[in-house]
Amino acid sequence: MQNEKEKNRQEFYERLEEKGISRRDFVKFCTFLTATMGLSATYVGQVVDVFAAPAQRPPVIWLHFAECTGCSEAALRTMYPWIDEVLLDIISMEYHETIMAAAGHQAEDNLHAAMSKYKDKYLCVVEGSIPTKFDGAYGKVAGRTFLEIGREVTKHAMATICMGSCATYGGPQAAKPNPGGYKGVSAALGIKTINIPGCPPNPINLIGTIVNYLLMGKLPALDSNGRPLFAYANTIHDKCPRRSHFENGEFVTEFGSEEAKMGFCLYEMGCKGPETYNNCPIVKFNDGTSWPIEAGHPCIGCSEPDFWDEMSPFFETL
Amino acid sequence: MGQIITIDPVTRIEGHLRIEVEVENGIVKDAWSSGQMFRGIEIILQGRDPRDAPLFVQRSCGVCTYVHYLSSVEAIEDAVGIKIPDNARIIRNLLHGAQFQHDHIVHFYHLHALDWVDVVNALKADPKATATLADNVSNAPWGGASYFKRVQERVKSFVDSGQLGPFANAYWGHPAYKLSPEADLMAVSHYIEALRVQARAAKLHAIFGAKNPHLQSLVAGGVTCAADLKPDRVAEFKYLWKETQEFVKNVYIPDVLAVASFYKDWGAIGGTSNYLAYGDFPQTGEGSSSDLMPGGTIFRRKLSDVKKMDEDKITEHVARSWYEGKKDLHPYKGVTEPNYTDYDREDRYSWIKAPRYDGKSMEVGPLSRVLVAYGKGDPGVKKLVDDTLAHLSVPADVLFSTLGRTAARALETVFIGNAMETWLNELVGNLTKGDDSTYTPWEMPDKGMGRGLNDVPRGALGHWIEIDKGKIKNYQYVVPSTWNLGPRDAKGQIGPVEEALIGTPIADPKRPVEVLRTVHSFDPCIACAIHVIDPNSNEVYKVKAL
Repeated sequence: MQNEKEKNRQEFYERLEEKGISRRDFVKFCTFLTATMGLSATYVGQVVDVFAAPAQRPPVIWLHFAECTGCSEAALRTMYPWIDEVLLDIISMEYHETIMAAAGHQAEDNLHAAMSKYKDKYLCVVEGSIPTKFDGAYGKVAGRTFLEIGREVTKHAMATICMGSCATYGGPQAAKPNPGGYKGVSAALGIKTINIPGCPPNPINLIGTIVNYLLMGKLPALDSNGRPLFAYANTIHDKCPRRSHFENGEFVTEFGSEEAKMGFCLYEMGCKGPETYNNCPIVKFNDGTSWPIEAGHPCIGCSEPDFWDEMSPFFETL
Repeated sequence: MGQIITIDPVTRIEGHLRIEVEVENGIVKDAWSSGQMFRGIEIILQGRDPRDAPLFVQRSCGVCTYVHYLSSVEAIEDAVGIKIPDNARIIRNLLHGAQFQHDHIVHFYHLHALDWVDVVNALKADPKATATLADNVSNAPWGGASYFKRVQERVKSFVDSGQLGPFANAYWGHPAYKLSPEADLMAVSHYIEALRVQARAAKLHAIFGAKNPHLQSLVAGGVTCAADLKPDRVAEFKYLWKETQEFVKNVYIPDVLAVASFYKDWGAIGGTSNYLAYGDFPQTGEGSSSDLMPGGTIFRRKLSDVKKMDEDKITEHVARSWYEGKKDLHPYKGVTEPNYTDYDREDRYSWIKAPRYDGKSMEVGPLSRVLVAYGKGDPGVKKLVDDTLAHLSVPADVLFSTLGRTAARALETVFIGNAMETWLNELVGNLTKGDDSTYTPWEMPDKGMGRGLNDVPRGALGHWIEIDKGKIKNYQYVVPSTWNLGPRDAKGQIGPVEEALIGTPIADPKRPVEVLRTVHSFDPCIACAIHVIDPNSNEVYKVKAL
């Protein structure tokens, strides 16, 4: 068993190296992910194993409701593990409208086959919110409403993960006056969900949640909004690299100003960082390239409930 | 009536689309394109702070994530009457250019290629022969028999696992697939490589835009990334730009040419008649007159007669969509009263409105832009197009087709990608001179009207805003997929995708891969095409029990 594991690990490293990723870089990533998940360093080896030798490829059914596909796009940006590793080696994506080759009734067949083959054993990821007015007639796939599809697919899911703020809280279409009666998945279907809000969410938080499941056989600890604590325990403000400017009273009051060029605090430009729980300042986006405050734009609070109403006007001070 | 084929969901697109075709004697005789979702962003914007609009409308699409953000900011700037600093123009061009680099790669490999490439057939390939083929057609930095053997083994173990994931239950083995197993294996390997290339290319957006998707560094007046205008950021951008361009030139273009050479018959299938481009990428502060990709219109395929685009001629029809009335209105006067009356091919059948230009249905997108630039004699575009036609030994009229649309998308990726280097050098030049301004201050007017017109990866995009008492009074946007995927109008004129589908040969009505080829060649992006709702007319909804 141990030898088998070691063999898988070696083969995995060889594959990575063919792709120009060194073993060192990969372990570095696993260390980073382990830390992001709030696990101690002793877990690094086990996290490596999750990618190197998954005991199984857990089936995932990914539903698209009222959304912009930004959450799928965010997931496609995952770089360690690369998205092709996720899709070909780590999980089994049974249904995903944006990437699946099948269309029409063949696609529908895939959904139903997966639900029956993996009853009570698949992860359901939902992207997008659900219209509730008029029996849900504002959104349909194959002639059925999102409401009907959501009820059916989540019923026998091992867990339902809401990817993004639309699935979690309703999204921009649920902002006042919410003409379509849009709701997040939990509220629309009356079920418990694991929520990974953000517009879009950082893919590392989805990967962290799935790795947590593969590693420990259970989903991570959640806050009162259903958000994994490993990602959403601190506010943006708590970990903001511009925090010392806030403490020193050094504020940007106009875009493009000398203060903006010097990277002063964006609080007076309407930054919602003090009231927003997320790990953006730590993990950043797109392989750690940047994040909104680094780009000189105030945080808009996109991982908080009903932020389109609660956090706007976005450029007015909290 | 012939046999009706329904494809719902149309997958490998953004959004929820239903396509129906009527097939008679193996040929598509009629077609219907229907949007199946409705969100309501425009109504939600009413009464809000205009500065928030760009952030809301950006959420119309996370695939073409940058474009609504850009048009919305420009609509406000037009309403307020401000001119942005040169650096802001350049950074917006760079971010917009990066959108094209990313979006078109993802479209070709991940949303479109599987219409032409049979993944399962790749298992029959001889890896040595694949390596020889790849050496002849592609300049990819990877290859060789052992590389293709490993890709083949990876796909085989995937297929053998019984968990086919995204590749399950597709049209594999369909007689319309023409590639040799070796060409299929090469294409499958590039599909996988492109998954990584796109993730790297998306970093171009993060450098001056905070993140991708949903950038966060544009505001009316300029850009916010003042602190990012420094050598390490510029160098990182240049490095990733170069890496992406190398993929586009050495892999994407050769792959498009290689695939096209097997499917030359598709140079006579899937064409439309009229083409519209707004134009984009201002090269100077003079606005659209300096656009890299020029605007214009072409009617009845007359390439020699490109006309000037007149935005007053744009209207949206609702006669065959689920809205009250039959009036066609200019977006500034746009009215939207939904009236869902069930799906009826003979009457109303879509949430998408039907935009018309001077009363005509117009195709928008890469093919329109390339045709307009070609028709106007732009030397850069002309050379790219003529070289491609010569390489494939085909005449210019094959451009009006599904194949032409797919090729035009690839060619403009090169053309715009090349220009990005010029813009980057301009930015460095300005910074060297000491010009690091990024923002023009402005005051919110009591009243104002403005529009932002752009030409984005999927085509002509327009946002129209009316400000009253410092708040949004009316907000309308007409998007590329509304132009392309819209239904019939009051006169019964069909929409571009509907027109393109008519005449398509269908080998097996149960497996209509030919329909997907043409629909996907438009790169449908539906969530933003159906974004309007009026809360005042909810009572008129009739919901049929299912």
